[in-house]
Amino acid sequence: MPLFEVRALTHFFGGLRAVSDFNLTFDGGELTGLIGPNGAGKTTVFNLVCGVYHPTHGEVRIDGRSLGRLYPHQVTAMGIARTFQNIRLWPEMTVLDNIRVCHNYKLGYGFLDTIFQTSRYHTAEKGIGRRAREVLEIMGLRDHAEELAKNLPYGLQRKVEIARALILRPKLLLLDEPSAGMNLGEKEALIGLIRWIRKEFNLTIWLIEHEMRVVMNLCERIQVLDFGQTIAEGTPEEIQGNPRVVEAYLGKEVG
Amino acid sequence: MLVWFCRMKQYSLTLSAFLFFVLVVGLSWAGTLSSYIQLVLMFVGVNIMMSSSLNLVNGYMGEFSCGHAGFMAVGAYAASLVTVWCFTAESVFGPNLLPPAWAVVLFPFILLFGGVIAALAGLLVAIPSFRTRGDYLAIITLAVNYIVKSAIENIQPIGGARGFMGMARVVNGMKEVADIPWMMIWTWAFVFLTVLLIKRFVSSTYGKGIIAIREDEIAAEIMGVNTRRAKMVAFMLSSGLAGLAGGLFAHILGYINPGSFGIMKSTEALVMVYLGGMGSLSGSVLSAVLFTLLLEILRPLQLYKWVVVPFILILLMLFRTEGLLGHRELTDVFPILKRIFGSREEVHAAF
Repeated sequence: MPLFEVRALTHFFGGLRAVSDFNLTFDGGELTGLIGPNGAGKTTVFNLVCGVYHPTHGEVRIDGRSLGRLYPHQVTAMGIARTFQNIRLWPEMTVLDNIRVCHNYKLGYGFLDTIFQTSRYHTAEKGIGRRAREVLEIMGLRDHAEELAKNLPYGLQRKVEIARALILRPKLLLLDEPSAGMNLGEKEALIGLIRWIRKEFNLTIWLIEHEMRVVMNLCERIQVLDFGQTIAEGTPEEIQGNPRVVEAYLGKEVG
Repeated sequence: MLVWFCRMKQYSLTLSAFLFFVLVVGLSWAGTLSSYIQLVLMFVGVNIMMSSSLNLVNGYMGEFSCGHAGFMAVGAYAASLVTVWCFTAESVFGPNLLPPAWAVVLFPFILLFGGVIAALAGLLVAIPSFRTRGDYLAIITLAVNYIVKSAIENIQPIGGARGFMGMARVVNGMKEVADIPWMMIWTWAFVFLTVLLIKRFVSSTYGKGIIAIREDEIAAEIMGVNTRRAKMVAFMLSSGLAGLAGGLFAHILGYINPGSFGIMKSTEALVMVYLGGMGSLSGSVLSAVLFTLLLEILRPLQLYKWVVVPFILILLMLFRTEGLLGHRELTDVFPILKRIFGSREEVHAAF
């Protein structure tokens, strides 16, 4: 049984077919890229997988269980975490709280425990605090735990987003353009970081990326989307030489 | 010695609150405070409950509810109907169900019942409001405020627009058991309960979920927060606490009419929240105190009061948009308070 499976995923926005017949299978441990020109439907695919939209046709399965029409937080609880194309931290909260809040997927106590501060509440909160600090420590963010997220430099905010996804203990991590807005040095560091967390947390990673240097460097397999259709699939070398991909990005040669 | 001091530090806020409580109740009992001052003090308490509970939705969750008085009315009527039914003889419900003296024990539970009914009313509003945000929720809550007010105005058995009375006799029944300032005691006891509840809720991982909703709802939902449930819980807690405040308000005055739970009352609650700072619990408490006292101090101005107070608000919004405290707490603005009233987490961290 594959870890993660997307079958014949199709989605319409009104009359527009944003994604059509998208297929994918992960057995676990892959690092796969999803590329394509602007507006190709890459982020829509991620949103469909996360439960933000429910697909018109097709199915997404994780561990053999269909995601059906689950809400995003339920999908998250099943082991899919993601980061966002435009950073979506909670700016007025501290970095530590940004991480802690993500633990709502598995809280271990209820409303009444909160207001009566039962021992169950204290045990759970202590555990959550410890895990949040662990993740911050691993990501090298310990010194920024008490800072407001909005006050961090861009590169660190990206790191906090990844940390936030990691505390969800995902099986599959979706990264939506992780290198967007980074300079050359930061991109190099990011490549190292992604490789490292993949090994450290034994993750399957699926990423959308515009920066070819990052994709070709990192990914073992790449899928190319254009106008919602998968136009190519293969290793980085195969993709680079594929005439349809070149055409999608640069246009057809005239004459 | 140091360890002992640090351990005591976490109780200093509780201790100060308790001292304040003893002082207010004691002075009222001794007759040092005139009944007018006592009334103002109790209204300060009710307003603290109103502003801090509304802050939960408008400040912490970042929604815009502007019908808070509607839930106050639900709680006020629910609690009053039960107390009058149970403890007074010549009411619309006929003879008293229980001996009036029992009110001493049962009163807080009846207040809580009023709060629960108000929370259920909040749930009724929250469910259809899931799909809306911002302006739309504002309109829905505004409509609910009007619906509650008009509904009560048209239910004749409970007095309709004339209002409902008899709560004074309930309080007198308690006074016959022991002649102490009962309403002062209950008001401030519930004020502390309210503040404690909200404090505990918003500092838990559970409650911080609603702050995440304010900051970015889509991110909150995708990062594992059950946003529907969180909104529902916050809304119910907020309206339930408003209901508690309503029950107290009804028994302090001894008489209520639907007119006192109109849009004006909701606006007052909104003003206190924005005055104190959205998402600041100590700000809400502070602004409720200031606002209530200000209205009383300006009472000699009569009608001009309603020129002066809005004018102060305009100035505040122009020069301090984020309210007196902004998102911060008093302890952030005056760090010295932090040293005196250290938080429990810090004390735990210190060991």
